[in-house]
Amino acid sequence: MVDRIESLRAEASAAISAAPDRAALEELRVRFLGRRSELTGILRGISELEPSERGPVGAAANAARTALEDELAARREALDAAEIERALEGEAIDVTLPGTPPVAPGHLHVLTRTRREIEDVFVGLGYRVLEGPEIEHDFYNFTALNHPPGHPARMLQDSFYIDSTTLPAGVLNERGLPPGPQDVLLRTHTSPMQVRAMEAQEPPIFIVVPGTVYRRDTIDATHLPMFNQVEGLAVGEGISLTDLAGTLDHAAKALFGPERRTRLKPDYFPFTEPSVQVDVSCFACDGSGRLANGERDPLCKGTGWIEILGAGMVDPNVFGFVGGEYDPETTQGFAFGMGIERIAMLKHGIPDLRLFFENDVRFLEQFS
Amino acid sequence: MRVPFGWLTEYCDPGLAPEELAELLSMRAVEVERVSRVGVPSTDGFEVGRVVSAEQHPNADRLRVCEVETSEGTRTIVCGAPNVAAGQAVAVALPGARMPDGQKLKRAKLRGVESNGMILSERELELGDDHAGIMVLDTDAAPGTPLADVLPITDSVLELDLNPNRVDCMGVYGVAREVHAITGAPLAPAPWELDAEPEGGGSVQDLASVTVEVPELCPRFTARAFTEITLGPSPTWLRARLLAAGMRPIFNAVDITNYVMLITAQPLHAFDLDRVPGGELIIRTAREGETMTTLDGIERTLDAETVLVCDRDGPAGIAGIMGGQRSEVSDATTSVLLEVANWDGVNVLRTSSLLGLRSDASSRNEKQLHPELTIRAQRLASRLFAELCGATVVPGTVDAAAEIPAPHRISLHGARLDSLLGVPIERAEASAGLGRLGFEVAEAGERDLEVTVPVERHYDVTREVDVIEEVGRLHGLDRLPRTLPAHPDRVGGLSREQLVRRRVEDVIRDLGFDQIVSWAFVDAGLADRLRLLGDDERRVAVATHNPISEEHARMRTTLLGGLLDAARHNLARDVARVALFESGPVYLRESAGDEGGPLTGRFAGRMPPPARERHRLAGLLVGGLAPPTWRGSAPAGDAAGFYSLKGALETLAAQLGVALALSPGAEPFLHPGRAASLAIDGRGAGWIGELHPLVSREWDLPGASAFELDLAPLSDAFGGGEERYRDLTSHPSVLQDLAVTVGEEVPAERVREAVAHGGGELLVDARIFDVYRGEQVGPGRKSLALRLEFRAADRTLTDAEVGEARERIRRELAEIGGSLRE
Ligand SMILES: [Zn+2]
Repeated sequence: MVDRIESLRAEASAAISAAPDRAALEELRVRFLGRRSELTGILRGISELEPSERGPVGAAANAARTALEDELAARREALDAAEIERALEGEAIDVTLPGTPPVAPGHLHVLTRTRREIEDVFVGLGYRVLEGPEIEHDFYNFTALNHPPGHPARMLQDSFYIDSTTLPAGVLNERGLPPGPQDVLLRTHTSPMQVRAMEAQEPPIFIVVPGTVYRRDTIDATHLPMFNQVEGLAVGEGISLTDLAGTLDHAAKALFGPERRTRLKPDYFPFTEPSVQVDVSCFACDGSGRLANGERDPLCKGTGWIEILGAGMVDPNVFGFVGGEYDPETTQGFAFGMGIERIAMLKHGIPDLRLFFENDVRFLEQFS
Repeated sequence: MRVPFGWLTEYCDPGLAPEELAELLSMRAVEVERVSRVGVPSTDGFEVGRVVSAEQHPNADRLRVCEVETSEGTRTIVCGAPNVAAGQAVAVALPGARMPDGQKLKRAKLRGVESNGMILSERELELGDDHAGIMVLDTDAAPGTPLADVLPITDSVLELDLNPNRVDCMGVYGVAREVHAITGAPLAPAPWELDAEPEGGGSVQDLASVTVEVPELCPRFTARAFTEITLGPSPTWLRARLLAAGMRPIFNAVDITNYVMLITAQPLHAFDLDRVPGGELIIRTAREGETMTTLDGIERTLDAETVLVCDRDGPAGIAGIMGGQRSEVSDATTSVLLEVANWDGVNVLRTSSLLGLRSDASSRNEKQLHPELTIRAQRLASRLFAELCGATVVPGTVDAAAEIPAPHRISLHGARLDSLLGVPIERAEASAGLGRLGFEVAEAGERDLEVTVPVERHYDVTREVDVIEEVGRLHGLDRLPRTLPAHPDRVGGLSREQLVRRRVEDVIRDLGFDQIVSWAFVDAGLADRLRLLGDDERRVAVATHNPISEEHARMRTTLLGGLLDAARHNLARDVARVALFESGPVYLRESAGDEGGPLTGRFAGRMPPPARERHRLAGLLVGGLAPPTWRGSAPAGDAAGFYSLKGALETLAAQLGVALALSPGAEPFLHPGRAASLAIDGRGAGWIGELHPLVSREWDLPGASAFELDLAPLSDAFGGGEERYRDLTSHPSVLQDLAVTVGEEVPAERVREAVAHGGGELLVDARIFDVYRGEQVGPGRKSLALRLEFRAADRTLTDAEVGEARERIRRELAEIGGSLRE
């Protein structure tokens, strides 16, 4: 009897592993484990056997049943998996077609991106970001920045003046009078916020001021009547020209790469003394002035250096206009101003200023 | 300012190449923009020749065949000049020589005769304008002598880009002083050190007089007289220098005035003494509307602040800017009255900008020269008039001077010097450098200096800090170490408003919008094209009174115009759809109030800003937010993109945790039935809608939606990332759906509000997820499906509690004619 059970089990096992599909498997289940199957019959008939045979036969039959049930289940799973695989073969898609995101992401303007990069460099150095008005008093734009009326430096920046009849009622100039034709203008630089910020806060002060500025220039590849700057101001005990050099060296490396070098040259701004120009070593030719093919580098005009900003130690006269805690005899600090468009042009190889304001999506979508 | 290198190094020669000296000047003194060249590129192949014979060319009337003795013996040169003659010393270029334009001279056959070189005119060597004939040299030099030994045929020019404070470097000697200061090479004595020897009797006072009516505008007026002048061309060396410096030689008397100005920076003006009646000059301001004809032949109308140099017959020159035609020096002049005057720079600048008239004189006078320079120029000019014009220098100087300003004496404290520059500088170094710049220096105390400022720097160096700048630049700014400021207690960062703005820009970018930046000034006609009504505050713009054009005359009061322009620009270039946004200020005329910070136009500082600059975010959508893909295009029923745009705004608000409320609204530029007002915390925050078809048409757009959002209320409502934890998991919420039928005229938001009101505190969320119209609800009605979320913080809600809430909702809905579909 036990031998018969073993042979039944062997026969069933072979059939199960050869079953081609689920229907055949079900047939085998009925045949070998169904109510009318031989194995079921053996199990039913155990009570009729000799007492000495009941134990071994029962054990063998139960073991065979359990084993076959497991084999059936395993075979069923294998068949299911194969069936799914077969079905998937027909469901292949072209994975090389373009993706379809919920929306195609847009793009920040390269000026916004550059402005943020500059802001972040100085935030990292402990500067706060401040903003100021674009429609500004002549007092802040020129007078308090040590450009007295008639000063030749005023001619360097041809200004848009505001028709004072179009200003809100009640606006007064620094003399407490209604503004005249040259008392209010579109700021020509972000520097007026130096004075406003110092009026509002005692030293030490560490700020950067990004913003739009205006000069009465005719539009061409290198001139626009409207552009953007970032002003910087650091005033506090002992702040020196070497601090200016170090701060702007750090900023140049952060913006243009750690291998860049900077140099300072004498310059002139009415509201700084001493005044300097900061150059960064050229990143097109690595400061050699020559391109790899031996030609003169057009970016730096063969000098190996690129002018990036103007800076200087805050002129005592500016502190004088601020007054209060800012004693012109003892207060020290530096200021700088850089053009955002210029930095963006240098970083991204943009050749023409007009591209920034043309708003052509073929330009906008190159920068994300 | 063009500084010829040969001229400069005559005063101070450090033995450097022009490019090396240019670099050093840029790093230590004044910016040299570029080094250019005048004359020939190389002196090779140019020599002195002697014309042995000049015969008529056999085949050409206008040509001569010359035999010319040169370094390589006698050679044949064919020459077209009428003035060539045997015995002349001439300038010869041999084959192979490079001409000023870079061309190499070749042997050439001219009408059958081979020419082995060229006899040169002034113009061919860029030494003058004369090309009527060849240059006949006044020299004993042997044939074959290099031409460069007898003529300045080549030079480099340092082109300075001068800042307005360095008027001293608008004279070559001033630049030489800088070279001396930065290199230590010896500086030649000043060219004006020696005065001319006057001749004969009498005195200039017998010939001329000056009355200065406006001494505050004319601090000094000097005049000298020169008689028996022989007019003629200036010598070649002088003409070459003028040309290299960028001025055109005319004839000796005029050239002298320009030459002296180029050395001293002090402008001069020569009058024909015989054309100044009585030699009498009056310095006065013009009468309003008075006219005069300047040297350039243009009649100028003057105002009452213009200063004039007049004679008895009227204006003879605009002070410090340009002389008049009436008394200018001409080829008939035999006596010159030389004016060298000092003017108020501010006034000169004002007048020259007003007249749009700039000259070499005005560009110097406007930067305020020192009155002492007048005498320097008189001394040097007098010598040259005697030497070059054979003039008799009349004794004496007419000198009408207000008080000459006393030189500045400044204490330079060693401690302040070191502290401002950040590096210790030896007192000896500072002292030596300042001395070379012409400062008188005396030591004081242990570390300090007392310095006296030279006249040529009088208006530039007035304070200790100005002296520190001089010491610093001579030390070398590029040699300074790099340090960072102390003050470790400072904390950097963005303001809350700046963070909000960045966040808003990022979210709208991620939702598919491209950022534009448009002009802040707009066309005055924009208000009409946007159909803004007469009383709309956006019609009342702040305006500039000197715009570059009328199209840029008004400051924008809405960002919509720029977006429309940008959309049109792109659609005209075959772009099918655009999603654009701009983040920037509008400029409003309303008086500045007290609310808010920079986003509302409130800024730091004692004086409030003149106008209100509110920061806005605006977007424009043409042709759907998602681009059509191979899977299909934009959702149906949203052709103009209103709901896409609204969805974007809602996402934006949700990202900031701000509740943005929309209610039906109206804007003149929006579709009257498809416009909404935006509000945040009950404050107006802008608008959204489909563009009015007339506006779309005006910008050639096929239909578009737009919004403009004021960032100030958004920023105020923003939680600032300071949300507190709430327990939403211990007591789960109950979700139920609700179908409501209402009249078509009832806005969905009204339904939602009724549901929210009825649901009370237990209803934490109610959102519309479906709208159905059709037979089941009947004509004139619609069915809205809402998903409701009920929750209590302290317990799990019972069915009874939720049932009561539903009943209250049913009653609220009944009030607006709504009923529940069960
Ligand atoms: Zn380079």
